[in-house]
Amino acid sequence: MIDKTVAELSVALAAGDISSVELTQAYLDRIARYNDDLNAFITVCEESALDQAKAADLARANGDTSPLLGIPLAHKDIFCTKGITTTCGSRMLQNFVSPYDATVVERFSAAGTVMLGKTNMDEFAMGSSNETSFFGPVRNPWDLSRVPGGSSGGSAAAVAADLCAMATGTDTGGSIRQPAAFCGITGFKPSYGRVSRWGMIAFASSLDQAGSLSKSAEDAALMMNVMAGLDSKDSTSVDTEAVDYSATLNDSLEGLRIGIPKQHFAEGLSAEVESAIRTALLEYEKLGAKVKEISLPNNHLSVSAYYVVAPAEASANLSRYDGVRYGYRCENPVDLEDMYKRTRSEGFGDEVKRRIMVGTYALSAGFYDAYYRKAQKIRRLVKNDFTNAFKEVDVVIGPTSPHTAFELGANSDPVAMYLEDIYTIAVNLAGLPAISIPAGSANGLPIGMHIVAGDFEEAKLLNVAHQFQRQTDWHLSKPTTLGMGA
Amino acid sequence: MALDKSEVEKVAHLARLHISDAEVEEVTNRITDILVLIDQMQSVDTDAVEPLAHPLDAVQRLRVDVVTETNLRDELQSLAPHSQDGFYLVPKVLE
Repeated sequence: MIDKTVAELSVALAAGDISSVELTQAYLDRIARYNDDLNAFITVCEESALDQAKAADLARANGDTSPLLGIPLAHKDIFCTKGITTTCGSRMLQNFVSPYDATVVERFSAAGTVMLGKTNMDEFAMGSSNETSFFGPVRNPWDLSRVPGGSSGGSAAAVAADLCAMATGTDTGGSIRQPAAFCGITGFKPSYGRVSRWGMIAFASSLDQAGSLSKSAEDAALMMNVMAGLDSKDSTSVDTEAVDYSATLNDSLEGLRIGIPKQHFAEGLSAEVESAIRTALLEYEKLGAKVKEISLPNNHLSVSAYYVVAPAEASANLSRYDGVRYGYRCENPVDLEDMYKRTRSEGFGDEVKRRIMVGTYALSAGFYDAYYRKAQKIRRLVKNDFTNAFKEVDVVIGPTSPHTAFELGANSDPVAMYLEDIYTIAVNLAGLPAISIPAGSANGLPIGMHIVAGDFEEAKLLNVAHQFQRQTDWHLSKPTTLGMGA
Repeated sequence: MALDKSEVEKVAHLARLHISDAEVEEVTNRITDILVLIDQMQSVDTDAVEPLAHPLDAVQRLRVDVVTETNLRDELQSLAPHSQDGFYLVPKVLE
């Protein structure tokens, strides 16, 4: 049962084939058995999970029919959870217990879900391999010598290895989509502002967006029905009409116009990924879609602009970690400056410090126009590329990542690691919704296909992803490690 | 653009980070590499381009100026490394 999708589990729970307590216990058993191999969870909430499962079973007995009632999930450890440690993958917050729940957590609780625990991640979501976590790297369930991607690597590995039915994540430059691609699951990043950022620890506030990691696009729609919506506590949360993301999953794709950006099929893309994506596009043609080449001429500048905007915003957001109000404080400071400097140097890891330094430099006196303002202008050009593309096509499709999951330790150069997100970063700069779905495999490792839609076209995006998953079974393939497979 | 060690030390001070003598060369090299990547954007003429601060060009939503939060002082201060009598304690600032 634990390998089922949320949609299937929802039916099984409603039919009484299994109780939430039984299901929750099955996942907890699997976590107990395999988390040491994967390191996907930082915190496991056995007792509270079983309490929530009992409450869900009771609610069902009393007539509650919420679709996600009793479904066990995991939250990325960037979402604040009242009474349960929220570390953000950092020594700085190793012992931080939030006094409140993030809006995303609150909404899933209100929907009757069961929280199994908090998943590992790159420190403060800064990384593309889950190797910057203070709590150690997560391993890819398809090959334990490889990375799961990042920064939502724990969530992706947990879903792929059936340690939970679904998980939350956050995506600032590709942090949901790239690990979903590496772990062979569905990773969905909604439009900027669609899901509340309240209680989600800030990295780069003009880019950060919460989303889902799941076993199918159909499940992503079920999660969006819970997560999305206006939140008065987040001033950038958008006020749009409520959408039922499940309602249009089965719309026909006849006449759908797909654009494939020539810049995403150029130098740097591995042959096996290119071949898988081109084969996947043939499936869409069978469904009545029309594929045409398009151009995103400023895409190559997106990584450069991102590595100004994101570190600049991070340097401001992370100034709050000063050893005074919460989090880590160094031992025996001699004076206030010593306390600030040693607290931050001992509390943050190397990658976080590097980005704070780059951001501080870019914002320092005399450099603002040359860096931050310049990057915001590039950001406009990147957004305009998509705006122009969406005049001609309905969705843009390409690879999520240039290659499949790499070995742990293989990318020790920070700049090489930054270029991992070459196809995903522009979407965050433009604030658009995008999804990665499994679309092939090479040498036993999954390949992700990246689909982007226009502002607030999430329902269309999920429809396009779901129709592919009705025609193919890449999303159903499972790793053969950890007791899975035949 | 290449940085020298003294600039890196100045930025570290602005960011309230301590960089040891042993680390400074490595940090300087890594940050210089990142600035080389960033400087690719200088190749494009953006004189006529309006900066994009928010992906949807949205402005902040306003609310009525009334008190909506309850006083959680004790709960929030219990998270502090050192606090006493409703104050946060830090190393002595004034003699």
